Amino acid sequence: MKQASVPVWVNVGLIPLINILLAFAVSGLVILAIGENPIEAAGYLIYGAFGYEEGIGYTLYYATNLIFTGLAVSIAFKAGLFNIGGEGQAYIGGLGVGLLCLWLDSSMPFIVILPLAVIASAVFGAAWAYIPAYLQARRGSHIVITTIMFNFIASSLMVYLLVNWLKEEGRMAANSRTFAENAWMPYMHEILSPLGINISDSPLNGAFILALICCAFIWGLIWHTRWGYQLRTLGTNATAAQYAGIDNAKVTIWVMLISGGLAGFVGINEIMGVNHNLLLNFTAGYGFAGIAVSLMGRNHPIGIILSATLFGALYQGGAELAFEMPTITPEIVVVIQGLVILFSGALEHMLKDRVEGLFIRKAA
Amino acid sequence: MNKPTHPYAIELRGISKRFGAVQANKDINLQVPAGTVHGIIGENGAGKSTLMSIIYGFYEADTGTIEVDGQEVNIRNSQDAIKAGIGMVHQHFMLVENFTVLENVVLGAEGGTILKGGMDAARKELARLEKEYSLDIDVDAVVEDLPVGLQQRVEILKALYRGARILILDEPTGVLTPQEADHLFRILDALKQQGVTVILITHKLREILASTDNVSVMRLGQMVAHRETAKTDKEELAELMVGKKVRLKVLKDEAEPGDVKLAAKNVSYVDSQGVTRLKNINFELRAGEVVGIAGVSGNGQSELLNVLSGITPMSSGEVHMAGEVITPKSPKNAAQMRDLKMGHIPEDRHKMGLVTGFEAYEAAILGYHNDPDYNGKILLNRKAMLNECNERMESWDVRPPNPHLKTANFSGGNQQKIVIAREVEKNPDVLLVGQPTRGVDIGAIENIHEQIIKLRVADKAILLVSVELDEIMALSDRILVMFDGEIVGELPASEADERTLGLMMANAFNEEGASE
Repeated sequence: MKQASVPVWVNVGLIPLINILLAFAVSGLVILAIGENPIEAAGYLIYGAFGYEEGIGYTLYYATNLIFTGLAVSIAFKAGLFNIGGEGQAYIGGLGVGLLCLWLDSSMPFIVILPLAVIASAVFGAAWAYIPAYLQARRGSHIVITTIMFNFIASSLMVYLLVNWLKEEGRMAANSRTFAENAWMPYMHEILSPLGINISDSPLNGAFILALICCAFIWGLIWHTRWGYQLRTLGTNATAAQYAGIDNAKVTIWVMLISGGLAGFVGINEIMGVNHNLLLNFTAGYGFAGIAVSLMGRNHPIGIILSATLFGALYQGGAELAFEMPTITPEIVVVIQGLVILFSGALEHMLKDRVEGLFIRKAA
Repeated sequence: MNKPTHPYAIELRGISKRFGAVQANKDINLQVPAGTVHGIIGENGAGKSTLMSIIYGFYEADTGTIEVDGQEVNIRNSQDAIKAGIGMVHQHFMLVENFTVLENVVLGAEGGTILKGGMDAARKELARLEKEYSLDIDVDAVVEDLPVGLQQRVEILKALYRGARILILDEPTGVLTPQEADHLFRILDALKQQGVTVILITHKLREILASTDNVSVMRLGQMVAHRETAKTDKEELAELMVGKKVRLKVLKDEAEPGDVKLAAKNVSYVDSQGVTRLKNINFELRAGEVVGIAGVSGNGQSELLNVLSGITPMSSGEVHMAGEVITPKSPKNAAQMRDLKMGHIPEDRHKMGLVTGFEAYEAAILGYHNDPDYNGKILLNRKAMLNECNERMESWDVRPPNPHLKTANFSGGNQQKIVIAREVEKNPDVLLVGQPTRGVDIGAIENIHEQIIKLRVADKAILLVSVELDEIMALSDRILVMFDGEIVGELPASEADERTLGLMMANAFNEEGASE
């Protein structure tokens, strides 16, 4: 049966919007149930995320991590691979940045450290993705299982390294020493002030620019290069890819290397940009949230920027909300985030057909 | 047998069904006299399957009524249809392969939590049905061990067991040899004698003429004609289906085979399960000839195409092409075979020939995406791709001529044109062609056949695999018959007829030879 086409904005704009509104409606019921005013709560949330410069800075800082992990998930997904290992790849990417900064911060200027750190994070993240990719491509192990397992291995490895090797002498906390300032990624307010733009201080740093560059790069790579063409062919129809003489195993491995490298960039934002030392658990679930970001952003860089910003806003606005309304605990904020993921990710198809049907009928 | 109480076993009045923008069925009226075999014929996409799905309760009609034996019935799902005495044999069987015939038949009608009682009762009932309709099935056989012809009879038995008085068969002969098909028609005749009404959906004119009492023709979602089968003929039905005169014969001159372009020597292929799919295949393919591979589907034809085109590596043997020798030790993948000037129109354009999620201009370079014509320094050269796609759409009359339309949204014939254009326009020396007209309208079939003959005239070497014997006989110069992974016979097209080929396809000659 031929199907009439639906306007693009319905799919990328209207349906996600309806899903988010539904998620907020249900969240409203939850807030009502614990005896608070949902309108007021929404007010705090939105104000916290977008109401003042520092809040916006935080929102975009969170979004930076989510753009990296969201892109990582989406490029793998475009090739038909479900990379659940963004968390571990981000963690190991951070390790790469940390080691590099600890090694060079006393001897090299920032201008040398920055590109090396970017490379280190990508290489470490990619290396962590390589083993599951190899196992999938050449040995047929399922990538979902192996990438999940590699998250645990990454976690244990970091504990081992930090406790036994990288911990600062004479301190209890499992942190490395703080890097010298020439290994710090400049903050956005520092970058912009020489240009005459003054914004409030926030953790938003140069990694945000890297995230936007990555979006443009991935967009071009997937939709405008021969390699991207092969990747999309593999992702939508592996048999056709074989027919076309595409080396599926090779493409699989390269996609996962890029995916892991993108996840590794979280290390630039977190380790080089904000924490300035190597520490435990800095990935804080961004790798997993990246799956939801990618799903909601329809695996498209523009969509990912939007959905990463939404999730960043939920992180930041949620913190504000929990602060202003003590009955709303951070756990409730997590519930709201969960509802957004549920409605925009898992229940994506609940309304899709109906809404599309409306437009098809109208077109006819 | 109880006599039908009403002249019409089933009567449809004003059935309409719309899917989004597509009107799949429009104001359909149909009367099927009780105890007859009624054919429904139409091109792919004419709405036959939708109509039958409505009768069987998969879809609900937007408007219209269905009467069974003069009683209006409301069929909302297949349970309702079964209750109304309607049974359906699907094109793709709905059987549990590792269950026995008996288990498959009672599935969904087990008659209680404890199986034993229901099974015993079923066994008795089946014995009766089987005898009455001479179906000739061992009820304790495991379904996957049965040949497709018998599996189909299990489907029929299943429907009868559920009390079907009206049996719908959807393209039942697609997977059968001509002999098996004849057997099926004898069974349908026996069913008719017992008062069962049969609705036969097909696009094969020959079957309609051979086995039905009446025939209804569908075109573009509408019923366009009802005929008594005895009072019509192939030409009239074809014209009614297509809406214009159709030439059913392919015109071609004697072949003048030239040099050997491709030679297979003892090619074998064992799949990952260890099953031998191809056994010692030997043949030569010359410039300027069409070699047809006949056979019931699943006898190694697909594997042969895949091995020759480099998609699956062979297990042993050699393929010679363009001065190269391809062996298991020095294999070539599909891209490298293309470099040797081999084109491949795959059997399944959805699974292999196209990426249905791609826009037409993207799908139009599949396999040739490394070609410098389509590539800039870093990025793909979209402008060149679009230009070429536009040109081809015009010269091949692809409709609609929109390079940005998703390939999934073209009709079967137009999708096939996109594939054929892609493979042919690169001017290959050897062209592998699999099921070129599967799911393609009669009008487009004519065009595709002409193209294949044109390529032969242009001195291409063409290997044609098709399950449509008519097509094989019309286009080929030589015919090879495959059975169970082997080439079991070869004959010039001039000596081929349906009966001989059918017997060869069932490997009857070799078996006779062995038993003598």
